[in-house]
Amino acid sequence: MSDIKIKDNAEQMINSTSDLHHADPHQGAEHHGAPKGYKRWLFSTNHKDIGSLYLWFSLTMFFIGGAMAMIIRAELFQPGLQLVEPNFFNQMTTSHGLIMVFGAVMPAFVGLANWMLPLMIGAPDMALPRMNNWSFWILPFAFSLLLLSLFTEGGGPNFGWTFYPPLSTKYSPDSTAMFVFSVHLMGISSIMGAINVIVTILNMRAPGMTMMKMPMFVWTWLITAFLLIAVMPVLAGAVTMILTDKYFGTSFFDAAGGGDPVLFQHIFWFFGHPEVYIMILPSFGIISAIIPTFARKQLFGYHSMVYATASIAILSFTVWAHHMFTVGLPLAAELFFMYCTMLISVPTGVKIFNWVSTLWRGSITFEVPMLFSLAFIVLFTIGGFSGLMLAITPADFQYHDTYFVVAHFHYVLVTGAVFSIMAAAYYWLPKWTGYMFNERLGKWHFWCSLISVNILFFPMHFLGLAGMPRRIPDYALQFADINKIVSIGGFMFGLSQLLFVAVVIMAVRGGQKAPAKPWEGAEGLEWTVPSPAPYHTFDTPPEVK
Amino acid sequence: MDNFEGGYVRLSKLTTPLIASVLGIVSTPLFAQQSTLNMTEGVTGISNTVYNLHMTILYICIAIAVIVFGIMFWSLYRHRKSQGAIAAKFHESTTVEIIWTAIPIVILIAMAIPSTQALILMEDTSEADITIQITGSQWKWHYRYFDHDLEFYSRLTTSQAEINNEVEKQPYYLKEVDNPLVLPINKKIRFLVTADDVIHSWWVPAFAVKKDANPGFINEAWTKIDTPGTYRGQCAELCGKDHGFMPIVVTALEPEAFDDWLAQAKITANQQLQAEQQSLTKTMDMPTMMTLGETVYNRTCAACHQAGGQGIPGAFPALKNSPVALGDVNKHINIVLQGVPGTAMAAFAKQLTKKELAAVITYERNAWDNNTGDIVQPAQIDTALTNSN
Repeated sequence: MSDIKIKDNAEQMINSTSDLHHADPHQGAEHHGAPKGYKRWLFSTNHKDIGSLYLWFSLTMFFIGGAMAMIIRAELFQPGLQLVEPNFFNQMTTSHGLIMVFGAVMPAFVGLANWMLPLMIGAPDMALPRMNNWSFWILPFAFSLLLLSLFTEGGGPNFGWTFYPPLSTKYSPDSTAMFVFSVHLMGISSIMGAINVIVTILNMRAPGMTMMKMPMFVWTWLITAFLLIAVMPVLAGAVTMILTDKYFGTSFFDAAGGGDPVLFQHIFWFFGHPEVYIMILPSFGIISAIIPTFARKQLFGYHSMVYATASIAILSFTVWAHHMFTVGLPLAAELFFMYCTMLISVPTGVKIFNWVSTLWRGSITFEVPMLFSLAFIVLFTIGGFSGLMLAITPADFQYHDTYFVVAHFHYVLVTGAVFSIMAAAYYWLPKWTGYMFNERLGKWHFWCSLISVNILFFPMHFLGLAGMPRRIPDYALQFADINKIVSIGGFMFGLSQLLFVAVVIMAVRGGQKAPAKPWEGAEGLEWTVPSPAPYHTFDTPPEVK
Repeated sequence: MDNFEGGYVRLSKLTTPLIASVLGIVSTPLFAQQSTLNMTEGVTGISNTVYNLHMTILYICIAIAVIVFGIMFWSLYRHRKSQGAIAAKFHESTTVEIIWTAIPIVILIAMAIPSTQALILMEDTSEADITIQITGSQWKWHYRYFDHDLEFYSRLTTSQAEINNEVEKQPYYLKEVDNPLVLPINKKIRFLVTADDVIHSWWVPAFAVKKDANPGFINEAWTKIDTPGTYRGQCAELCGKDHGFMPIVVTALEPEAFDDWLAQAKITANQQLQAEQQSLTKTMDMPTMMTLGETVYNRTCAACHQAGGQGIPGAFPALKNSPVALGDVNKHINIVLQGVPGTAMAAFAKQLTKKELAAVITYERNAWDNNTGDIVQPAQIDTALTNSN
């Protein structure tokens, strides 16, 4: 990426931009500042404002979903039923999953895309700003609907975030229609967000920025957006069939009417597996931006990183049934999905090796974004290892639907996706707010999170191997000690995240002024604009050589 | 301690030091007692194979982790800017890219071969000596010995008081049932797994058998147990409110002991059938029926309709003051016997004896101030069943 050279050097650009604003702040509609009051946010078509909205929304959902996780861990602190009824417990596990996947992780990546993609490719805004506004403002309604369903008679969704019928049809609460509508809205929002990303990246790159010069974050998001467009309609189809099976007498998933409950699982996981990569590919992009910055060394194997990302995306359509090994698949299908799943570890391994090679003989410093990124590499890889173990079908018969799986996907989603989002937030906070964050508090946040997250999730491997199924509100006595440790880790991790909120709010309110490029080794167009990034950037596209 | 737990203890002696040292978890006394650290080796050829596959892939992962993280941390230590490290310029090497693509593929192929062999073996359900049909329903298991005209339900026996922390929990808390599945050792046993309502999953770790029970479809699995003993498992697929409360207990006996058990079980079943026939001729009084009815209700109905008959609004209808419990008695009987299609209300005709059915309906019509005064007799149930057939 070092071969991106900006025509004007950074300082010149900064001067010219600020000159422009000083000279004539009301130069016409194209160059006005931010509107005042609620209209700035409600009617916003500005990629930076919409990005901020997404990020704040995601943070809110992270805490709501996190509060549910705290309830789950409190109930599981000791054997017996103490705090909640089993039915409510199931509502908590279901809502926790839905909110974290669709409300916390995905909107955070869309927020980062909104903020950073135009800045990274030298575009003035997203290509479709009004659709951008709409795709965000759907989300609060979608999640209000989902959360309100918890307060209806009979309660909210209690069938797991995977909503397998007939549990989600014949046996589900009356509020299932609200769940279905809410998922529809989330899907519409995601598809519009993805269209916007693709159109922006393909059409609005600055002159000279060829595809193979794009930063990895741009590449990974481009591929992610294609995945979203491919699978979100499949999810919409699945929830629609659930809706008609429950309310309109169809029998897609009911054997008594000629349907098949396993059909649902095929459809769901055809969405669900690419969805898993939707939540990790942008992380790869973030880590590929941060590691070179703090190793002060160009990303190793840029081309192979791009190809590996594309391979992972393509392979993600051929592995869905590894979520269903115990469902009664024919032997040939079990073998096919086992081989394809094992194969995914090859391109994923390439990425890990490339990051380690980037570190090799670098000049390394350990700022907070770097710490989170390094933790990501190690802990995501542990999640990858357990993923490889799960791919071995005969062993999966023992792992399936146990806490081993819970440990696996929390390693890739929390210490993977969420840690990368934290890294990204620390990395770009100076660009967003114009102030350096409190480094000391950020480091506290990192170390508290790192220690507690491992106390939380690592022992779950043992629980699963020893035979504790997932999604149970109470357990046999042999699991008591480890569950206690896990719960303590959970409470610690939950509390640690309050430090993050403190750091962010402090950085928004003020602090040491951030220069245009606060990180010595950082590269890319986003560092050529001042900090905070002006309301409008790259009115005149920069030229990339 | 039965054999199953014995296996755990033996296992933990091998694995605890290894895992504890590799992973830095040091509270050994805690883990040694509970022996809840690793997958069970189990008591079948297949479960041993699975355990070995699991350990092999685990060791491979640990080896890769040591190498990759070793290089990474060495680099983080040696190439610190604070130590004066100056960044190198290299950023590409096709050779190493090919090497680190090829080596994982070789490892994967080496892993895929034994996995494939094990899988082929696991899916071969042919030439079984005994066939057991396993049916999951909310929230109990039903076992049917295909060639022996014997079937029964298997339910959790842990008391509600233990679950609610009112009394001390027994050693097999949540892992104990009224009628365990009894199987002979050294025979190939074929399982036909299905469900009545939602998807369940029948899992006994010691056999490495986990098979989803799909309503309307039948899955096959098999096992061949090496050692007599008691083996415990749980439902592994979320199946509603009491998913955590439908354990599996299997008692494995020597073939001769199994034959004795089978003969005795058939005699007992016959006696129950005769008692059932006799009950049809008797007229029961209210206190007897209310007492029996309450027992049956709390065991079978209270999970949904609640002990006080109030149900769970929006999920399970109340019986207290309900039109069903206060209205036409024949309609009430039919609902209990046949269930309500399209809802969670199951058909109980085959799950309970006629006397139990009569008692529980009597109870529902007279408990919680319902006070209809109706006493339903076993003979009425018999008539209703004959009419519906």
